[in-house]
Amino acid sequence: MRVRQLQLSDFRSYAHAQVLFDDGPSILVGPNGHGKTNLVEALVYLANLRSHRVASDAPLVRQGCEQAVIRAEIVHDSRRLLAELAIVPGKSNKARLNKTPLARPREIIGALKAVAFAPEDLALVRGEPSARRRYLDELLCARFPRYAGVRADYERVLKQRNTLLRTAYLAKKTGGRGPGGAEMATLDAWDAHLARHGAELLAGRLALLDDLAEPVAKAHAKIADGRSEVTLAYESELGDGLAADQDLLAARLGAALAGARAKEVERGTTLVGPHRDDLDLQLGSLPVRGYASHGETWSVALALRLGAFELLRADGAAPILILDDVFAELDATRRERLAEYAEAAPQTLITCAVAGDVPERLTGARYDVWEGEIKRVL
Amino acid sequence: MYDGALGDLIEELGQLPGIGPKSAQRLAFHLLASDSADVERLTSALERVKAQVRFCENCGNVTEAEQCGICRDPRRTETLICVVEEPKDVLAVERTGEFRGRYHVLGGAINPLEGIGPDDLRIRQLMVRLQKGETKELILATDPNTEGEATATYLAMLVKPMGFKVTRLASGLPVGGDLEYADEVTLGRAFSGRRDVD
Repeated sequence: MRVRQLQLSDFRSYAHAQVLFDDGPSILVGPNGHGKTNLVEALVYLANLRSHRVASDAPLVRQGCEQAVIRAEIVHDSRRLLAELAIVPGKSNKARLNKTPLARPREIIGALKAVAFAPEDLALVRGEPSARRRYLDELLCARFPRYAGVRADYERVLKQRNTLLRTAYLAKKTGGRGPGGAEMATLDAWDAHLARHGAELLAGRLALLDDLAEPVAKAHAKIADGRSEVTLAYESELGDGLAADQDLLAARLGAALAGARAKEVERGTTLVGPHRDDLDLQLGSLPVRGYASHGETWSVALALRLGAFELLRADGAAPILILDDVFAELDATRRERLAEYAEAAPQTLITCAVAGDVPERLTGARYDVWEGEIKRVL
Repeated sequence: MYDGALGDLIEELGQLPGIGPKSAQRLAFHLLASDSADVERLTSALERVKAQVRFCENCGNVTEAEQCGICRDPRRTETLICVVEEPKDVLAVERTGEFRGRYHVLGGAINPLEGIGPDDLRIRQLMVRLQKGETKELILATDPNTEGEATATYLAMLVKPMGFKVTRLASGLPVGGDLEYADEVTLGRAFSGRRDVD
């Protein structure tokens, strides 16, 4: 998969931008704050419907504008696909594929597959569990777009259930009139749906982890010279060693919800389910978090992204590889290893402040980005 | 912006569902240009709808009598009750011409985010109806979205232990459509709900 052309309107600092990309590595060079990351961010957003830098959509739209538009011409198996996405903060986004409007913007997921590695990815290792859950879910949706729907259904049920629990909690706290007996009885109905959608998402994540463990370990061995092996394990309230059997998971999730009911009413929120789970990362026999050095942390974060890249490639559609401001953060050995991946990918987009940070072997197109102007120089 | 009566009309029309500011303006100017007789017919229709239309005491459907036409119709059977969210859903099922039972209109679906619980829906009235002993089967035809599904599950949990047969409308592929145009959720459900070919 490759991006042939990217057009932006009112996205971040760009009123208008248009870039043509070749196969192989392309290097975007420019000082910080001049707009190079904004270009690759648009592609990440198109692939995942979420930026790799910010959680909300508002900063993506140029100041004073109502919407931002990302338009990309994608080539896959010698077919051309025009993917268009209008980001409208506070309202629902609009997506079109080959000029045909899509009923839901999430249907555009899968049109462009991209794996991005950026300094923010240190949070994959050091940050909150939500970063790792998002990593798993975004990869799951990129491989099987129907999971975007599963995730949306789960989140909707969770929101409704949490609202009910919260109303009960607040009423109890303030002594006001809370949900009546009949209303609290609807919790059983919400439990059934939370368990069903949750089990589907959980089964998806577990099956993904089975496929992902090996490519991540391999990528890590290559980057870190195979000193200690990295292992991935799924961490859930339901216990260890879960199998990706949806019916079984639904039953266990249902039982866990029933068991946690009293505590949930007391706390006013849902305490079991895939929204509370984590991806456990181990290096050798030690957890990465808290034990790994700065360099080791980078290696594991990089291995997670490159493992995802290899998995998508093995599925039959090699994604575009985006390396956003990362060469400057890595030592010489890791730079060289990353450059090997970047060379082998069908298309790699690299951003950096100083061209010298990128290993010399990575030759390809070069663009200078200066005050929002993009000029191809090589 | 327009002042006075015209401005008021545009503002009122703009409150209606599906009517944006542009449409409200177009409608208002259309009314302004219409014959007085036409406008009078419209205003009287508006007045009558509020004065005369009420909800069927049995099923909650719209009616001008105490009971709606379907509940009064002796050819319709109380053995089968189809539970829907809104009166307009009754119309949708009626268009099939297949259903010979009666309806029960809930007046919405369970939705904690909007503060709607079972006590805000006509569920108690449904229980009273079921206790009369004529009904054998309850068909749950709430919308196939998160809230409609939860409402159906809640009703099933409530009614099944009482010994009634409870069914849910199937969801799947639209008839006459193309497989390639079905969205992934619909197609996924159609797969899990597949059946043997006779």
